[in-house]
Parts: sequence; C-alpha cells; structure tokens
Amino acid sequence: MSFSFTDEQTEFRSILRRFLAEKSPTTEVRRLMETEDGYDPDVWRQLSQDLGVTAIHIPEEYGGQGFGFVELAIVLEEMGRSLLCAPYFSTVVMAATAILNAGDEEQKRALLPPISAGKNRAALAFTEENGRWDSAGMAMTAKAVEDGYQLDGVKSFVLDGHTAELIVVLARAPGTAGDNGLSFFTVAGDADGLSRKRLQGVDDTRKLARLEFNGVSAQLLGSEGAAAALLTKTLDQAVTCLANEMVGGAEALREQALDYAQLRMQFGRTIASFQTMKHKSADMLIDVELAKSAAYYAAAAADGDHDGGEELGAMASLAKAGAAEAYMQTAIHTIQIHGGIGFTWDNDTHLWFKRAKSSEVFLGEPSYHRELMLQRWQG
Amino acid sequence: MSEINETEVLEEIHAWLEVNWDPNLSLVEWRNKLADSGWGMPAWPKEWYGRGLPDGMVSAIEEEFQKIGAIGVARAGIRMLAAATLLEHGSQMHKEKFLRRILTGEDTWCQLFSEPGSGSDLAGAVTRADLKDGKWIINGQKVWTTSAHHAQWGLLLARTDWDLPKHKGLSYFVLDMTQDAVDVQPLRQMNGHASFNQVFFTDAVIDPEYQVEGLGDGWKIATTTLMHERRGADGLRRWAMGTNRPERAYVEEREEIAHAMAPYKWYPQRMGRVDLVIERAKETGKYDDPVVRQEIAKLLTLAKSAEWTARRARAAAVLGRNQGPEGSIGKLAASHVARLGNHVHTMISGADAMLTGSDSSMDGVIAEILVSTPAISIAGGTDEIQRNIISERVLGMPKEPRNDTDRPFRDVPRNLIR
Repeated sequence: MSFSFTDEQTEFRSILRRFLAEKSPTTEVRRLMETEDGYDPDVWRQLSQDLGVTAIHIPEEYGGQGFGFVELAIVLEEMGRSLLCAPYFSTVVMAATAILNAGDEEQKRALLPPISAGKNRAALAFTEENGRWDSAGMAMTAKAVEDGYQLDGVKSFVLDGHTAELIVVLARAPGTAGDNGLSFFTVAGDADGLSRKRLQGVDDTRKLARLEFNGVSAQLLGSEGAAAALLTKTLDQAVTCLANEMVGGAEALREQALDYAQLRMQFGRTIASFQTMKHKSADMLIDVELAKSAAYYAAAAADGDHDGGEELGAMASLAKAGAAEAYMQTAIHTIQIHGGIGFTWDNDTHLWFKRAKSSEVFLGEPSYHRELMLQRWQG
Repeated sequence: MSEINETEVLEEIHAWLEVNWDPNLSLVEWRNKLADSGWGMPAWPKEWYGRGLPDGMVSAIEEEFQKIGAIGVARAGIRMLAAATLLEHGSQMHKEKFLRRILTGEDTWCQLFSEPGSGSDLAGAVTRADLKDGKWIINGQKVWTTSAHHAQWGLLLARTDWDLPKHKGLSYFVLDMTQDAVDVQPLRQMNGHASFNQVFFTDAVIDPEYQVEGLGDGWKIATTTLMHERRGADGLRRWAMGTNRPERAYVEEREEIAHAMAPYKWYPQRMGRVDLVIERAKETGKYDDPVVRQEIAKLLTLAKSAEWTARRARAAAVLGRNQGPEGSIGKLAASHVARLGNHVHTMISGADAMLTGSDSSMDGVIAEILVSTPAISIAGGTDEIQRNIISERVLGMPKEPRNDTDRPFRDVPRNLIR
C-alpha cells in the first residue's frame, strides 16, 4: 500500500485541473444547470477525445486506457472540485462499470468501445420509487419473450436517465424476491414503451430522471439471475468513486472559505485573524484531509492495493460515509463563514452545498453506509 | 563531500554488528561501544558519537539492529530531547560531560518548562534565576515533569530579566536535580495515577558554566527542544518492546523499559482503545443495538481515516516531498478519536461504566479509558494550540493581536488564579 500518488498521476491531475478550471467555471455550471440535458456536448467531446477520460478504467481490449480506480478517482476528485456538469458519473462510473462486471465477452466488445470513445452516453437504472439502494428492493419485472425480454415497472432517481442513449436496467424474473432472480438488461434510450421524465432536483448540476417501462424490449446483460452480487460490486466501486468526487468538492469549498476569510474585514481586522475562524478553518482541514485519506484508500483497495484482511465493500462504505459527512459539514461552515452573502443565489457557495446534499443521499446516506460497513467489517 | 552509498553503509553496519554485538555485555558496556563506533546515533556528527549520515538512512540502519537482535542506545524519557538540544546549543564541556552518559542510559533527564501559570503560554515562565556571588540561584515551581523523581539532570527554562519583553528575558540552564534545594513531588492525576511531578526550587544553585548559550537565549533553545519533541524524538511516545531472551543485556533492557514505562501504563487507554470496541460490544450484546452500531461505525471511520492520514504523511516524508497538510493534523485527529472512543465505550458498558477497579469490566481498563481521554487533548499542546498552529502555519491565517510582547515582562498582566 503506497499512500502516495506517482509523479505521473500528479501530472495527470494537474492537466485535468487546468482543463476543468477553464471549461467549468461557475458561470458555465450556472448556464448548464438551467438546461434540460445539463451538459455541454463540446466539452464532453474534448473530455473523451482529447483527454480520454471516458476510457480511463476500461481495459484496452474494449477501447479503453486500461488504468484503474485510482486514476478514475483522480478524475472524479477533479470533477467534484470544479462541479463539472456532464454525464460522466452515469456513463463511465455506473453504466460502464456495470457492463464490465456483468457483461459477457461479446457484449463488452460491443458496448464498451462507444462508451470509451465518448460516443455513447449511458445510465444505470436500479433504484425505484421506494428509494432503496440495495438489490432486494427492486420490483421491476423482466418477462422472457420470443426475441428477448420485456420490462415492466418504474425506475427512479436514475442519474442522467432522461438523456442516456443506453440504459442498463436491473429487473427480476416474475415471482422472485430478495436477491434471487435478478438480472441486468440493456435498453435503448429511445425504446418503444419507455417514457422518461426529468425530476426537479435540489442539485441541478446532477440531473435525475424517472423512467417508466411499459413492455419495453430489453436484452439480457450477462447471465440470468446473477445480478445481485454484481450490483453490490458495481455499487461498491461507484460509491468509492463518489467519495472521491465528494472530497474534491469539499476541498474546493474549504479553500473558498479560507480565501474569503482572508479578504473580509470586520472590526478593523480580517475575519481570518479571529481565533474562532482559525479554529473552524483548522477543523475543516481535518475533516477534508481525513475524508480524502479514506477515499484514496478505498480507490486503491478497489484496484487490489490494500493492507489485506479487509472487506473491500466495508472500505467503500467507510469512505462514502466519511466523505458525505465531511462534504456537508464543510459546506455548512463555508456558508457560515461567508455570512449573509453565503445565503444568496449570486454567491457560488450554494452550488457546492447542493451538490454536497445530493451526494450525501445518492447511493445511500451515511447511516445506511455505516450499517453496511459494520455488517461487512472484518477484524 | 563524497557520495554516500546506502548499500555499502548497510553492509558496513551489518558486518560491524556481526563482530561486536554480544548480548552478554552489560547495557552500559555495549552502549559505550555504540558511542565509540558512532553506530548508536548514525545521524549525529562524527566528532560526537555519530557517523554524519543522513536522517533518511537511520531507519534502515535500525532494521539491521533488529535483524540481529542488537539493542540500541538508551532512548526512554526526555534524554533524547536533552541530547538533541545540547548537540545544537551546548558548549564543548556540555557535550563532553553529558552526551555519552545520555546514550548509555547512565543519566536520566527531565524537562523543566511548564509551570502552573504557563502551560500553552510557555514563554510566560516566572521561575527566576538570579546571579548572586557568581552562581545562579533558582526559585520557583515547575509542573508536569516527566521522570523528575529519578532524574540526575534537568533542562531548565527560567527568567533572568524582568525588564525585557517576555520571550527575551528567558535563559536556559542544565540543573543538577540531586541537590537538596530541589523538591520533587508526585502529581496525582484525575485517573489516580501519578505519572508526572511538580518540582519546587528553593535557592537551588547552578554554576555559570551550566548555562546553555547566553543570557536571553532561553526561548530560542527551548524552541529547539520542543521541535524535537514534536518530531517524536521523545522515546516515551513509542512503546519499547523488550524481548524475553535470557542474556544479560536483554535482562537489563527489560528492567530499563519496565522502570521507564511504569508510570505510563494508562497511556493506551487515553487514546480511547478503539481496538477493544467490537469485541466489547459483542460481549455486552450492544453489537445488536442499531444506535450503538452507528456510533461504533463512526468511531471506526474516524480512527481508520486518521491512521491512513498519518500514513499519507509518512509516505510523503519518505519520498522527500513537501509534507502537505496531512502532516499537521495527527495530534488533533487523535483527540477526536479518543473522545469518541470514550463515548462509545460508555454506550457499550452501560451501568458498568459507573464502576472501576476489580468491580468493573476488564479489571478497570474500561474505567481507565473513561477517565483518561481528557489528557490526550491537553498534553503535548492542547487542541486549541494545535488549531492555532494548523491555521497559522498550514493555512497561512494571521496571528491574533496580542498584548504581552510589546512591553517589559513585569508589566504583562499575569494569572489572577495561581
């Protein structure tokens, strides 16, 4: 376990940071969050074709770059820092990872190269209207028909579900319950019988959709009835990535709060000279650094680099719970340090505050992950 | 300077240990050999018991000692802080008289800095040193003094000029602790242990050649001592592990460790004993309580994150990279872990948390956690001082205005409560 980034990884991070600072300033974030699709096709093209980040953790035989979760986590940390509005988490982190885990060789060869190349935007639809993040909560049925399967039911809280061209869907054989009978399927975004509606979100930088399936034709992805464990694996990986995205956002907020405190004058001094501000800032640093350490550890563990004797899912849940608390707390402190202006729409702090809130809940809020972590704790 | 080849150095120490290490020597005989050869403190200068090697090579050399089972120089207590301070600021006489006997373990040292009226504000010391008939006469009181009850020598910070601003009127001395005018009393803590002392001086005497550097240099030199303390040169922080081997040197080392560590048996408890939590929760049945489970998971998250943060800092240090912010937050993170550990152990223990000693869980270990964790957020720099350090040195925030540095020390408002 190395506990440090290589020089190449650090260089990769700084290239991304420069790119995102230029392409995703808050003026762009504000513009895109008002749009229906929520992303800029030109920036998406540059991300995939110039920087190759849509291919980062996809193996080379499927048109990818063949890096691991540590590199993917670097991308996400930087995207979290800059609040990039793009269908990256849905396409690369969730859908591509699900296909990598569940698909057979032929399916991976067919589905992954367009994702790697940024030509296909995808989503993973598993949560339903009950808001459960575990496989046992899924009710959508997949009925076997002559040329495949037919899906009936409703998926909700689907990240970028309204714009995805390819949707990976979790559904169960009629009459099954719990972890049994669950399979992954793929569906075209414009399939007959599929109606998609964007949901009004607190965090407009992350678009959620409700997807209603009425006899929608679907293709089985991988083996029938084997999806429960593969969903768990996919979610552990996605949660690790989300933790890294969150610590990027938290660090950005921490720095903004510090910059503001250094400039704001009250009672004839910068407010940064008041001990109450200094101590709050020190606490924010600790919150963020501890959360970063856990997020980095979980990413390395997802690549197989860890101390051993640990359940990797427990590390993912630990990182998610820690990052969620740290991000939200940092956002609360940042608004407080800004005072009245921090509560205005024109000040940018609320953009990160809302991303912190949606990230806290998305894929399971902290108490859910703490319980999950303890169930899987070893040692 | 010629290039130092690490492989050659390791071969050399390995060969030297093969020839010289003999567990049947007394500890003092063996450590004198280490002092003569320079292998006991390889990063020290060649003229003072070292070999002038880079700091980065020390841990690899120590590994060679471990491989062969050889014992190192004496490290317990304050002695390494004294050695580092004298090496940097001491006179020729100080180095000749003290350094070797520090390494051999023959002399024990203590640090006479903190006072009842100045803990975090160390430069507010009011223990006085007055020059009378060519001798320094010391009067006052120090507190929280580790090892004072068996120390031969003390590092003393005392005020020699009351008309200068506070930091400028301090001087630094080596004090003979064995004189009658030095009265050492154990200081009983809230957990019942007495790990530290109070030291009272009533006309204690110091010869002028035992002053370190000049008049008014005390604060500068104390800063050196404290810097080494923060770097962890203080041997107390690591729990020396003796071995059970029968040879003379090992037997003496076990006695040395037992002697040095006896007052600090509660130190693991002050950290919150996260290692006991799951096992204890299973024993008491609280592992099935969803509320307790949440708190246990919060504690494990915090403790693991703190551990990984410390390892990030060490990895950066090994690579010679600038230590990022992760290097400065360990002490404060440890306070958070300890506090939460206390909270979780209380939840797990239920009514038993009211009991102590043989009536309580684990023969008093749990009770000791519950009454010992406040120490961790005070000792070695309070949480508040740590936050000041982080905000000023890491985050670059301004110091608060202060009204104690711009006037003679005698005009600075002092404690109303003593």
